[in-house]
Amino acid sequence: MEKILYLTHTQQDDTLSKAAREALNAAVDLSKGLAGSTLTVGLVGEDVQAAANAIAGCGAAAFFGVAGAEFAVSRYGSDAAAAEALAKAAGATLILAPATSRLSRALPGVAQRLQGRIDTHVTGILTEGGNLHIQRWYYRQRMMATLTRSHRPWLLLVDPAVFDPWQGQPGSVSVQAVAASLPEGGTRTHVVGVEGASTDAQTIRPDAKLLFVAGAGWTKKQADGQTHVKEAEALILGFLEKTQASLGSSKSLVDQSSEGQEVISFLSHLNQVGQTGATPRHPKGLATCCHGEEPHVVGWRFINERRAVNTDPNCGWARGKADVLYVADAFKVIAKVNELLAEG
Amino acid sequence: MSGGFHIVVCGSLVPDPLQTLEPITGPGGPALKNEMMLPSVLDPWAAHALYEAAHLAKKAAGSKVWLVSLGPKAKLQQLMMSLAQKVPFELVALDGPAGGFADSYEVAAVLAQAIEGIAGLDRSRLLLFGGCASASRDAGVTMQMIGERLGVADQFLAVDELTVQDDGSLRVMERIEGGRYLVSVCAGPPAVLAWATGHLPEPPNSPQVGMMNMRAIMPALQKAKPVKVGAEGIAFVNVELPQQRRETRIVKDAPVEEIAREIVAWIRG
Repeated sequence: MEKILYLTHTQQDDTLSKAAREALNAAVDLSKGLAGSTLTVGLVGEDVQAAANAIAGCGAAAFFGVAGAEFAVSRYGSDAAAAEALAKAAGATLILAPATSRLSRALPGVAQRLQGRIDTHVTGILTEGGNLHIQRWYYRQRMMATLTRSHRPWLLLVDPAVFDPWQGQPGSVSVQAVAASLPEGGTRTHVVGVEGASTDAQTIRPDAKLLFVAGAGWTKKQADGQTHVKEAEALILGFLEKTQASLGSSKSLVDQSSEGQEVISFLSHLNQVGQTGATPRHPKGLATCCHGEEPHVVGWRFINERRAVNTDPNCGWARGKADVLYVADAFKVIAKVNELLAEG
Repeated sequence: MSGGFHIVVCGSLVPDPLQTLEPITGPGGPALKNEMMLPSVLDPWAAHALYEAAHLAKKAAGSKVWLVSLGPKAKLQQLMMSLAQKVPFELVALDGPAGGFADSYEVAAVLAQAIEGIAGLDRSRLLLFGGCASASRDAGVTMQMIGERLGVADQFLAVDELTVQDDGSLRVMERIEGGRYLVSVCAGPPAVLAWATGHLPEPPNSPQVGMMNMRAIMPALQKAKPVKVGAEGIAFVNVELPQQRRETRIVKDAPVEEIAREIVAWIRG
């Protein structure tokens, strides 16, 4: 019989993030799908009581918590110690957690400490016949595997935006305090804080409904034989402001900053999507001036509706990968789009 | 830092990103069709880690860089022909599979063992570098597991910037959600840094560096220890390519205004 531990951390305001509630939903479903299994909750944070109360109705048999000021921040040493202690307190055979940056860093080391095994980027959990199988991608979203493991404990980091967030009644629960001692040297790291990327504009919005991808074409010579990078910047920023879209970029465009070419000033490697960038999840995506094929397919794997504006009707990226390809000058199209959006 | 850093970079080869990949079922589980024939490159994020390591070593006198690489010996040799010209490093080669379906736990075990066996490695000065995830398994877990095996309790994932401060402490910027960075300061080595892209371009080829590197690389390849890594305890039900073909509607020779109106309606829809 599986002992399922749902493990997560609180946010700065002591609440649970959307990704955390999505993973909880997955854990609850998993518990229902595995007959005889039990579900427990493990929380890490400065104060975990409010978060525990908020998910009181999830059906967990017990709530464990590691709390304290040293566990408020995202730091490998303290996070790994807390997660290890919670896993041991729960006697977990299966540990489900959201793939936040914090847990993605800490849980692999915890798996090692527990002599367990770990799978990340989990995008599907199947319990047909009472057996647990997971789905995850390999080769950067280029092939998907369905697999199971015999080894326990088995840790699973669930990708965000795959499951619906858990919704249920709050209540009042008793959280069993678990002691997690920091290892010697565990506090050699001091968290300074959070900074934005070194660009003027906040352009990455993970919860946006639309992803706007700017390709290298924006910085190439246009029909008049000149580049128009400043104009491109204004058009792109105008579009982002009006649509509240998230901005992605192709590798070639981002790389220009380190190659000494004139660049779009607000782009950084954090904007990069594709083989060596992010694979964001948005309902819609609009690609402009993008070329290339396979790396872009990787970056767009989880974009549902895709459209592209490109001057090349035979672009290998757009044909067969996008739903609609507009063969047109993106400068003119986006300028007009901005105009129409401004009209309301 | 006095005496410099001992920087160990973990990184291996992956299929060139532009190659079309097709899964097959082999005797040992899933694999790639014609895997040994596919052109390979150094795993992109591991490559960034290597370039950052070389850059840091150049600035901190007395530093040294090792590249610990697990892969089929013949393919590693091919890879080294180009990689050796980039930056100075000493190769520690392990002869084994480099595919994505091997389990990170087993890979971490052999890599940690190889690092423990590096002669002259000062663990108190150790910076363990690697990519934040591979382009093959894409798990993002191997570096942390190696760090645990080596007893390194300060670890950082998706690092874009490392600054060695005047007091010898390490200021690290890690990517977190929402396009932001978590900034931390670590007292000093030992530490694990799994890199994202960093800020350095790919170094140009240097024949001098290549010749210097290859003098040690060829012997390292010859004595590459055969290792067995697999996926014990994993049962793959299937591995398949996603159905990705879409019927693309091509809109050509349409007025800009018409295109713009259609896009706006779609965005708002």
